[in-house]
Amino acid sequence: MDLLTLGNLINTTLVFSTALIFAALGGLFSERSGIVNIGIEGLMVFGAFAAAVGTHYAEEAGMGGASPWVGLLTAVVVGVLGSLIHAVATITFKADQTISGVVINFLATGITLYLVKLLFEGAGETPLLMNRLAKLSFPDIASIPVIGPIFGVGILNAYPTTFIAIALVFVTYYVLYKTKFGLRLRAVGEHPSAADTMGINVNRMRYIGVMLSGALAGLGGATITLTTTGLFSHTTISGQGFIAIAAMIFGKWNPLGIFGAALFFGFSQAIRNYVQLFEWSASIPQDFILMLPYVLTVIVLVVAVGKSRAPAALGEPYDPGKR
Amino acid sequence: MNKFLKWFASDSFIVSLAAIVMGLLLGAIVMMIGGYNPIDAYMALISRVFGDTYGFGEALREMTPLVLTGLAVAFAFRAGMFNIGAEGQVLMGMTGASLIGIKLTGLPALIHAPLAIIVGALFGGLWAALAGYIKAKRGVNEVITTIMLNWTALFLCNYIVRTFLLMPGNQRSVDIQPSASISIGWLSEMMGNARVHWGILLALLASTFFYYFLWKTKQGFELRAVGSNAEAARYAGINVNKNIVKAMFISGVFAGLAGAFETLGVFHYQSVYASSPGYGFNGIAVALLGMNHPFGVLAGAGLFGTLTYGSAGMSFDAGVPPEIIQIVIGSIIFFIAAQGIVRFILKPVYKRKKEKVL
Repeated sequence: MDLLTLGNLINTTLVFSTALIFAALGGLFSERSGIVNIGIEGLMVFGAFAAAVGTHYAEEAGMGGASPWVGLLTAVVVGVLGSLIHAVATITFKADQTISGVVINFLATGITLYLVKLLFEGAGETPLLMNRLAKLSFPDIASIPVIGPIFGVGILNAYPTTFIAIALVFVTYYVLYKTKFGLRLRAVGEHPSAADTMGINVNRMRYIGVMLSGALAGLGGATITLTTTGLFSHTTISGQGFIAIAAMIFGKWNPLGIFGAALFFGFSQAIRNYVQLFEWSASIPQDFILMLPYVLTVIVLVVAVGKSRAPAALGEPYDPGKR
Repeated sequence: MNKFLKWFASDSFIVSLAAIVMGLLLGAIVMMIGGYNPIDAYMALISRVFGDTYGFGEALREMTPLVLTGLAVAFAFRAGMFNIGAEGQVLMGMTGASLIGIKLTGLPALIHAPLAIIVGALFGGLWAALAGYIKAKRGVNEVITTIMLNWTALFLCNYIVRTFLLMPGNQRSVDIQPSASISIGWLSEMMGNARVHWGILLALLASTFFYYFLWKTKQGFELRAVGSNAEAARYAGINVNKNIVKAMFISGVFAGLAGAFETLGVFHYQSVYASSPGYGFNGIAVALLGMNHPFGVLAGAGLFGTLTYGSAGMSFDAGVPPEIIQIVIGSIIFFIAAQGIVRFILKPVYKRKKEKVL
C-alpha cells in the first residue's frame, strides 16, 4: 500500500466516522443524564430530512454556497424538537424509555416521508441539492513528500463537519469532566436522588441531556445528507443510528472512547473499499468483506473490551418520593 | 367467564383502547393537515383487510411473522434483555429452512416440512444464543452484539443463498421442494390465492407455549426472576448465566420460526436482501404494543398487521400516503407507553364514573 492510498484510506475513514461521532456523542449526553435513547436512529432521520429541506429552501432563496449551513442549523433545531417528544414522554410522564425511543424511530420515518410527499408534490425523496458541504483542500501541504499524503490528503482534506465533530469530542470531554454542568449531568445519571438532595434540578438536567442528544443526532443525520447523499429519501439513514448506539456502548459512555469506537467503525467500513486493491482479496467473497466491520466489532468486544458499565440510574424515571 | 368480562372493564384494557383511539385520531388530524379525507382513508384501510377473503388471508399472512418476532422480543424482555437482534434471527431462520427445504430431496412432506421448520428455528435460536453466551461469559451488552449480529446475519445469509442455493441470473434462491411447503393449498384457493399457511396456527401455539412456559413452569419462574432482579435471583441460587443463554435461545427460536414460515409458507424461496427487511424491528413495536405479554402480542400483531397491510389499500383507493400509518402506529405505542398522558386525558371520564358510584 503506497502512502497516497493510505492517505485516502484515512480520509474515507474520517468521512464514514463523522456522522457516527455526532450521533454517538448525542447518545452519550442523553444516557449520561440517565435517559436511554434508542431513538438516535429516528433523530438522525429528522436531521437528515431537515438538512435536505433547509438547504433546498435556502437555495431557492438564493443563498447559494451558504445554503448547506442553513440546512445544518435546521437539522439541529428539528433534532431538538424531535428529542423533545422523548423528553416529555420519559421525564415528565415517566414513560418507559426504550419504548419511547422506538416510537421516535417510527414517528421519524413516518413524519419525514409524509412531509416530503406534501412539500414536493408526492415525491419519494427531496430534490437533489446543488450546494453541499465541500471538502477543504490544502494543496501546498498535500504536495509535501511523506507527510503530504497522510496529513494533506488523509486528514486535512476533509469536510468541515469532520473538524466540527472531532472538536466536539474534546469539547464534550471538557464539559463532562471539567465543568459544573458536566458533574451535575453525570450525577443525575448515576444517583438522581443524591443529586436532588444537593439541590440539582434532576428533570431539568435530563431535559438538557435529551435535547443535546437531539441536536447532535440531528447534526449526524445532516452530515450524511450534506456530504454523502445530497438528498433525503427513506434509505438515507439506514441503521447508522444503531451503529452509533453501538459505538457509544463500545466507547463505554466516554467521549474519547466513543471517538475511538466511531473511528473503528468508520475504518472497518472504509477498508472494504481498499481490500480489493490486494490480490489475495479476490478469493474472499464480497459478502464476507461486507461483514467485516460487524464481525470485527464482536471479536473486539469479546476479546478486549468485555463489560462496559452503563450510568447507574440509566432507564429509571426519577421519582422523588421513592427511596 | 366473569373473569373475562372483568378484564374488559379493567384499567389497562381501557387505557390501551383509549391509546388506540387517540393514535387513530392523531393520524386523522395529520391527514387533514395534508388535505386528505381521513374517513375515506380509514374506510379504504378497513375494506382492504376485511373487504374480501383474499385481503383477510393476506392480512393474516402479514400478522404471522409479527406475532413471532413480537414474542421473541417480549420473551427476552421478560428475562431482562433487549433483543434488537430478532431481525438477524429471522434471516437465519429463513436460511436454515431454505437449506433443508431446497437441498434435501425425496422426503415425505410429513417429515420434510417439520424438519425444515425445526432447523430454521434452531438457526434462529443459536444465533440469538450466541449473543446470550457473549453476555454471560464476557458481560458484553446484548444490545450491541445483537445489532452487530443483525448485519452479520444479513451478509452471511446472502452469501449462503448466493453460493449454495442461487437461481442463476436472479437475486434469489431456487424454489424449495414441494414437500417442504407449509402452504395450505385448499384454503388458499378458497381465499383467492391468499398465501395462507400452517405457520399461522403454529404462531398461535407459540404464544400459548410462551404463556405456559413463563408462568406455569419452574424454568419460566427462574427466567422471570432473573429478568426482574438478576442479583436477587443469583442470591436465591439461580444460575443467572445459564438463564441468560436459555432466554436468548428461546427468543431466537421464535424469531427463527418467523423466518422459516416466510420461506416455507409465503415465498417458497429466499431473496438476496440488499438491506434488512425489517421483521425484527416491527417485532419490537409489536412486543411493546402487547406489553410483553404473549396474548397482548397477539392483539398487538393483529393491530399492527391490520394497519400496515391495510395502509396499501389506503394509498391505492384513497390516495393517502401510507407513511401516515407509521405515525399512527408510533403514536399508539407512545400513548400506551406514556399512560400518564392517556390517564390525564381520560381524567374527566373517570371522575364522572366515580361520582355515579357514590
